[in-house]
Amino acid sequence: MADAVVSDVKTPAVGRRVGRRSVSRHRSIVGFLFALPLIAVIAGLVVYPAGYAIHLATLNKSMQHFVGFDNFRFLFKRNTFWMVVEQSCLFAVTAVIFKAVVGFVVAHFVHNIPQKGQRKWRGMLLVPWVIPPAMSTLAWLWLFDPSYSAFNWVFAHLGIPQVAWLGNAYWARFCVILVNVWVGSPFFMIMYLAALKSVPEQLHEAAAIDGANWLQKIWYINLPMMRNIIQITALFSLIVTFANFDIVKILTNGGPVDQTHVFGTWAFTLAIWGNDIPLGASVSLFMAPILAVAAFFILRNVRKRGNEA
Amino acid sequence: MAQVALRNIVKMFDKTPAVQGIDLDIADREFIVLVGPSGCGKSTTLRMIAGLEEATSGEIYIGDQLVNDVPPKDRDIAMVFQNYALYPHMTVYENMSFGLRLKKFPKQEIKQRVEAAAQILDITNLLDRRPKALSGGQRQRVAMGRAIVRNPKVFLFDEPLSNLDAKLRVQMRTEIKKVHQKVTTTTVYVTHDQVEAMTLADRVVVMNAGRIEQIGPPNELYHNPKTRFVAGFIGSPAMNFLPARIVNGGSNLAIRLSEKLSLPVPESRTARYKPYIDKEIVFGLRPEDIIEKRGAVPPGSAAFDVQLDVVEPMGMETMVYFIVDGIEVCGRVNPTAAKEAGENMDLVADMTHMHLIDPATDQVI
Repeated sequence: MADAVVSDVKTPAVGRRVGRRSVSRHRSIVGFLFALPLIAVIAGLVVYPAGYAIHLATLNKSMQHFVGFDNFRFLFKRNTFWMVVEQSCLFAVTAVIFKAVVGFVVAHFVHNIPQKGQRKWRGMLLVPWVIPPAMSTLAWLWLFDPSYSAFNWVFAHLGIPQVAWLGNAYWARFCVILVNVWVGSPFFMIMYLAALKSVPEQLHEAAAIDGANWLQKIWYINLPMMRNIIQITALFSLIVTFANFDIVKILTNGGPVDQTHVFGTWAFTLAIWGNDIPLGASVSLFMAPILAVAAFFILRNVRKRGNEA
Repeated sequence: MAQVALRNIVKMFDKTPAVQGIDLDIADREFIVLVGPSGCGKSTTLRMIAGLEEATSGEIYIGDQLVNDVPPKDRDIAMVFQNYALYPHMTVYENMSFGLRLKKFPKQEIKQRVEAAAQILDITNLLDRRPKALSGGQRQRVAMGRAIVRNPKVFLFDEPLSNLDAKLRVQMRTEIKKVHQKVTTTTVYVTHDQVEAMTLADRVVVMNAGRIEQIGPPNELYHNPKTRFVAGFIGSPAMNFLPARIVNGGSNLAIRLSEKLSLPVPESRTARYKPYIDKEIVFGLRPEDIIEKRGAVPPGSAAFDVQLDVVEPMGMETMVYFIVDGIEVCGRVNPTAAKEAGENMDLVADMTHMHLIDPATDQVI
């Protein structure tokens, strides 16, 4: 808050400009050279695989001939593809919303725990996020087992009809999202907790004196102050959730009848099991434009408001 | 508008006492300043009035209502914080109107009130800005505006000027005084700056170590401090304190400061100090009561001759420091009369303004 408007200091004295420009050019070349190793690593690990995926997507099944957009044309005609698009969006958006809500609420609870016991709770609440998801998903798989699962056992004792957790398409989608929320909300919790801690306590005190109750403090103070973190966390999580593989793969493997497949698992199924690597590459490439649109909308406001607080 | 009363307020943080039994009555429309060094409990006291801290024991009244269990939002108070605590995501207008909007005031009235307050504070042209785009002084005004708009029973100021630079601080001090003259609301103002306290207050409350040392109008605290702490805290440069002994010097009493230096006690004080003859006491005299000798020594004053140790010209006056029995003493002399360091100078002490302190109790005798 203390740094006032100092951002628009421009236009140095005209006489100095030439010298300064050559110095700055020299400096930027040196800077570029220093950044070059990193640029090379990024190029090797990101640009090359991405380019290779695009290349693969233009080949035929046996990877012998260039077929242009034929793979995409083929995909567009398949109902399963559109189902996967729909499921991926549903999965990612629902899961991120719930993760954000759960993370936000839990962050507020943790924030209000006295400082002494807070570390302990923070540590414990992070556990779902720290366990490798492949392992924890296996535990969930047993919990959802139709005949021997803990859930159905409880239901049986309560006289509630048993649920075919992973056998019914809607329940299976619910389960996949539930596990994803369970794994992912601690990350939101920790991000939101950090954001919450950076909201000056005096703003809450000022709001209290201005007559705000706890809900109004959250709505008028915390939410706007945490806005950037909320948006950026949501975006990153959206990307990761969209590309989720392990949970779906282990819990349902896309079933029943492909009704829980997301891009990652379906691409894997097509490419590795179906032996059609170009088609799998085409499917996975489809994530990029969808995420780009999401990123545009979410980040649109972030830069504008970047240094407001 | 309301009076505020504190009855035997105690505040403990875990087992550390911050405030140890405060009684204070603040009249309606009065401007009270709580002043004291860091950690004396003045901010804690203010925060208890605001309801941001809970009193461990004792009673707090605003108006006639006991407010110990009333949350801050229902106490009808407004507070100006040290770092302003403006909402960074709101414009000045939104900041100022926030409290009214929460209380669901009609839009038209909110607008009127904000504009009226903005007029008083001269910030009408800033209403659309965000706090980030304001200078420190402007933020300070907005923070005050947010308080004024609410038209509360009590204004609370928590060291509102300590984040400003020296020049702006003086300017805003005057501003606050002006605002209080226009918007006469009961005000409790916390500061560690005794000049701020003296200039603003109707009555000053000097606090030390969680207790009230003395309550009184600024001039009374200056002229008649009741304790050594108040005597030393109010006034700048601070009062000189010297260990001394009262001796019976023939017809009159005298203060014996060292082997060489004894100063006569004025006749008016003789009766008051008689019981302390031959006892160790602390002699206190303000620098402004030690001046250069001009012709004949006036009655009640005593002339003496010292070797100057340090000389500090301040422009309108010059501070001279000399040593009495190992203790540095400060005097305030006319620049034209001041001698150089190392030279001898004739000074006059106005003994009618002296204070004697009992070292056992630290009370002024």
